[in-house]
Amino acid sequence: MEGLKNFVDKVGYPRLIIGAFLFILCVMAAVLAIPVPGLIGDILTRVGMNGILVLALVPAIQAGVGLNFALPIGIVCGLIGALVSIEFKLGGFTGFFTALVVAIPIAAIVGYFYGQMLNRIKGQEMTVGTYVGFSVVSGMCIFWLLAPFRSPELIWAVGGSGLRVTISLESTIDKVLNGFLSFNVAGVQIPTGLLAFFALCCIAVWVFGKTKSGAIMNAAGANEKFATATGINVNQQRILGIVLSTVLAAIGIIVYSQSFGFLQLYNAPLMAAFPAVAAILIGGASIKKVAISHVIIGTFLFQALLVVSLPVINILADGSMSEVIRAIVQNGIILYALTRETGGDLA
Amino acid sequence: MDNHLQIEEIKVKKQTNVERIMGFIVPIVFIVLCAVGYYLSELPFIFVLNEVIIRLGRNSFLVISLIIPVIAGMGLNFGIVLGAMAGQMALIFITNYSLEGAGGLLIAILVSTPVAIVFGYLVGRVLNKAKGKEMITSMILGFFSNGLYQLIFLLFAGTIIPFKKEGLLLSTGMGLRNSVDLAGVRYAMDDIIKIRPYPGLTVPVFTLVVIVLLCLTLTFFLKTKLGQEMRTVGQNMHIAQVAGINVDRTRIIAIIISTVLAAWGQIIFLQNIGTLNTYGSHEQVGLFAVASLLIGGASVTKATYRQALMGTFMFHMLFIISPMAGQNLMNDSQIGEFFRVFVAYGVIGLALLLHAWQRRGKK
Amino acid sequence: MNGIEVANWQPQYLRHPPSKEGNTLGTDYLLQIKNVSKEYSGNRVLKNVNINIKAGEIHGLVGENGAGKSTLMNILFGMEVIHSTGGFEGDIIIDGNVANPKTPKESMELGIGMVHQEFMLIPGFSIAENIKLNREITKDNLFSRILGPKMKTLNFKKMGEDSRQALDKLGMSIDEWLPVAGLPIGYMQFVEIAREIDKENLKILVFDEPTAVLAEAEADKFLKVVRKLADLGIAILFISHRLDEIIEITDNITVLRDGEVVSSLITKDADVHKIAELMVGRKIENTNTAKDMKQEDEEKDYILELKNLYVDMPGEMVKGLNLKVRRGEILGIGGLGGQGKIGVANGIMGLYPTRGEILRDGTPLPLNQPKKVLDSGVAFVTEDRRGVGLLLDDSIEHNIAISALQIKEKFIKNIASFKIMNNKEVKEHALNMIKELDIRCTGPKQLTRRLSGGNQQKVCIARALTLDPDIILVSEPTRGIDVGAKKIVLDLLVKLNRELGMTVIITSSELAELRSVSDRIAIIFEGKLEGVLSPNDSDVNYGLMMAGEYVKEEVS
Repeated sequence: MEGLKNFVDKVGYPRLIIGAFLFILCVMAAVLAIPVPGLIGDILTRVGMNGILVLALVPAIQAGVGLNFALPIGIVCGLIGALVSIEFKLGGFTGFFTALVVAIPIAAIVGYFYGQMLNRIKGQEMTVGTYVGFSVVSGMCIFWLLAPFRSPELIWAVGGSGLRVTISLESTIDKVLNGFLSFNVAGVQIPTGLLAFFALCCIAVWVFGKTKSGAIMNAAGANEKFATATGINVNQQRILGIVLSTVLAAIGIIVYSQSFGFLQLYNAPLMAAFPAVAAILIGGASIKKVAISHVIIGTFLFQALLVVSLPVINILADGSMSEVIRAIVQNGIILYALTRETGGDLA
Repeated sequence: MDNHLQIEEIKVKKQTNVERIMGFIVPIVFIVLCAVGYYLSELPFIFVLNEVIIRLGRNSFLVISLIIPVIAGMGLNFGIVLGAMAGQMALIFITNYSLEGAGGLLIAILVSTPVAIVFGYLVGRVLNKAKGKEMITSMILGFFSNGLYQLIFLLFAGTIIPFKKEGLLLSTGMGLRNSVDLAGVRYAMDDIIKIRPYPGLTVPVFTLVVIVLLCLTLTFFLKTKLGQEMRTVGQNMHIAQVAGINVDRTRIIAIIISTVLAAWGQIIFLQNIGTLNTYGSHEQVGLFAVASLLIGGASVTKATYRQALMGTFMFHMLFIISPMAGQNLMNDSQIGEFFRVFVAYGVIGLALLLHAWQRRGKK
Repeated sequence: MNGIEVANWQPQYLRHPPSKEGNTLGTDYLLQIKNVSKEYSGNRVLKNVNINIKAGEIHGLVGENGAGKSTLMNILFGMEVIHSTGGFEGDIIIDGNVANPKTPKESMELGIGMVHQEFMLIPGFSIAENIKLNREITKDNLFSRILGPKMKTLNFKKMGEDSRQALDKLGMSIDEWLPVAGLPIGYMQFVEIAREIDKENLKILVFDEPTAVLAEAEADKFLKVVRKLADLGIAILFISHRLDEIIEITDNITVLRDGEVVSSLITKDADVHKIAELMVGRKIENTNTAKDMKQEDEEKDYILELKNLYVDMPGEMVKGLNLKVRRGEILGIGGLGGQGKIGVANGIMGLYPTRGEILRDGTPLPLNQPKKVLDSGVAFVTEDRRGVGLLLDDSIEHNIAISALQIKEKFIKNIASFKIMNNKEVKEHALNMIKELDIRCTGPKQLTRRLSGGNQQKVCIARALTLDPDIILVSEPTRGIDVGAKKIVLDLLVKLNRELGMTVIITSSELAELRSVSDRIAIIFEGKLEGVLSPNDSDVNYGLMMAGEYVKEEVS
């Protein structure tokens, strides 16, 4: 019994429950003879495409700002970057990197101001952040309507003004990463470029944690009073965390979109933070503590769950159930994290 | 008693700055917005007035249901979504048994009440575990229970839960249809007393009377022992505890009341609309009600029924006029629609921001 | 366990009707605290305490911090902290009956009231609402008959009348419907008292440091009111550090030290000297008498000078302190809790808003900038080990290295112009420290949360030492750590001073500890320097200084 309890404590309920659930789904998938290679390929692709958005939460948690529900702010910046690159008809890697080059400075500036704001409302970052995120997305809807883009790819051909709701990337950056060095093993399509890029981002964040700046940002996040007594400017470190988080979110949405094949504007980014938050919590992170492994494990478990549940439920029940299960799992996990006494120690 | 203390000039700071800003500036800004929007929309006065009165009758109850948790210090209760679900379940129930008219509506209210009490109790329990983060928790709780709600009506309806009425279920026999026609109870409440004082103007007097009664009850309630306890808990949980008030219990009661009122409010709302969007009607309830309350000048810690009514009035006025105003101003009606959604989110974001800011200033 | 047994015992015990004129058993005491003992997990904090108070008596209770006053009050109020830790031994007797309250509510019903040090007032409510908090007067209405008493309407008129009466008793003519927010602090205290005397059955009223927050004029008025309350027949237990006040107002005084009553005396036989001496006592006999107080010398080499220092640290305010620290000495800073001694080191480090002047080797040190202070070679070991001193969920090695990494850029290697932390160096340094300071742990990777208090303190000191400071500020170095570790920590500080010539400033509530290691001891009272004593000065002088009576005596 003692051993079991220790095991549960160590792994944490979220990981355990989701893991078990996933296992059951996999067994069902096997019983229902759903083709496995397709599933694995899907999982790999979705891990790569969502991973960076999940990773974007890491610097914010490290800097002590908690779960950055205002991820949509960064996402919007990323969308602007992508739009600019399409406007200039840039495709392939040129287009992809142009999008990044445009998006990153915008995200950094926006993140800086957002961080300034959060420093004035310490302790309420998550509640306020959620609604600031919503406000920005809904405010940007007006911007998309009025934005001075001219490329026919971007605007409605007939009727309606402003940017399209979904913009096809087929002629520009569709699958630039996914297709890069992609190969096929036993029927599984490996999106090499995508995974490599995700790995690169993870390594970058990990290395940053080992630098002087990273160590100090971590200290500021772990204990504000401690940091002050050590001569660390805590507010500055929090801003750094938010800037990094916002920039990663911008990169994340560009990577996501090139894999998805479409750029989604208007209300699409509204709820984007929640699946990412759920994934990192499933991975074992808490409001105060996080590691890169949490990102990888969490994204994998959450995305695998979604990928496997879709065909299984399609066969057993109604197709839309998969979406319902996603909502329950995602919000249940966030709720669990919010109602924990310490909000931490999730192992 | 010889040494009476001299009364010095005591300057009483009645309201803090933030409350003043929310209390005056926000409504004034929206009055101006409404006025400008009304002018730009070029809509006839009677049309706008009629629409606003209809929406006032439809939505006020839901907005007022938010007040008590605010007073009990639990902030804006996005968890009224659960109350709305309870109301919808009751409406689905009466539709299934073909109960119609005012009687059917009354049964719906009776059925929804115990369900809402249970929901409210659960929400209260959860929020007691998340003190200081009630708002985000109640919001996520809304999303979460929405998932469960969908699970029940998509998967269990027709399979585990029997339905007898034709056409309520999807053709597969499993899951409820996307929209439920509430023709049986449509206007069941509004029509009890309805007057048409002017061509093009319809006033659902009975519904408005019910809302006035609710306001009076609320005023009365705040002067009772329980009301006073809620105010105490809302002001300072620690002192309330020391004074011997059961803080957790009081908070749960506050949420139960709010949830029950929301259930009734959703029934009133839907009897006016006439169709129930099974999977969508409740989703935006929290958002719009909260935005309405805040536009009226309420803050996270202070709310009155006057603010609720005024806020509902202005928010819905904005709803009616903004598409036309956008059309006339920018040649695009979409802009007005985006604008009002932005207003809803923006005003909540602003209120939370100011509140958090003030709290930090106090420390 | 004991608490329960005692409670069950009650029925067999003397069950006399409440004595009116003190005829039962010859006791005319209203409140008797009889043989009360209490221990927290083996640590005895109260030993056989006996206190008797008559109706209409003002009884002073004095003692250093940690003497057991608050535990005694917690017992009197049936606080949960007492009963969740095994209850207490002995009896609380009220009117000759064993009362032993088990909850605050019970104690309230017994007629025990308390004016808290921190006001329990709701700013948004009116005075009357605060006086009647959760004791509101209600009347029935239609709903309350159906839904129960919670639905009763508040009778504001009656509540106002009652409040008016209570306020009148205190001689306050202020409008009872004014909101509490914005009232001067003295008024708030009166509202608190009004709330207590509004309770009809009030017999015993406890004041915990009531004048600490009041200005002098307010305090005078306040004391008159207290006298008046006693004249109404209320027994008053008056806790204060201000000895002159105690002498002025009380009838009898009980002095607590280390959980024991060291003396019960009648106020007219007492004087400030005597109480001061009783309060401090001497706990450790072997104070280092070898050290002689070096004579004040204007030509001295001062490493740190504080001029007119103000520190806004809640609960430990420093208000205009002047203090000079000699190069290479161990300076102790002592004083009672709340007088500001803790604020000194925190102010020097710039952790709380600070005004005044700090000279480091004669040149001014920037205020409110911890980094600059650390840069100048001052290190700090905080009194709040778990809150400020450690990253609890981080390893020992990180905890030791982080300050030096930030301030001195130690433990860094440059790889492609990135400053990467040098894990190998960090580990080696930690291992060294673990060996040198004898930190008991499973290894440098252990989380500091899992260490004992003493070992956590050693990690804090190790971090400070890693900065290679020439001044080290140590606050409450032995708080909450076991005896063995205490000695090691103190010896270490002495060793740093002797062998490395470090200037050490120790702030501590334990006078005996200060006297055993310091060269000089500065006593802080009400945020100012009361005086500097040599370790082997007399107990009377220490007592007087800590009670703020030393300077007054000098003047008179």
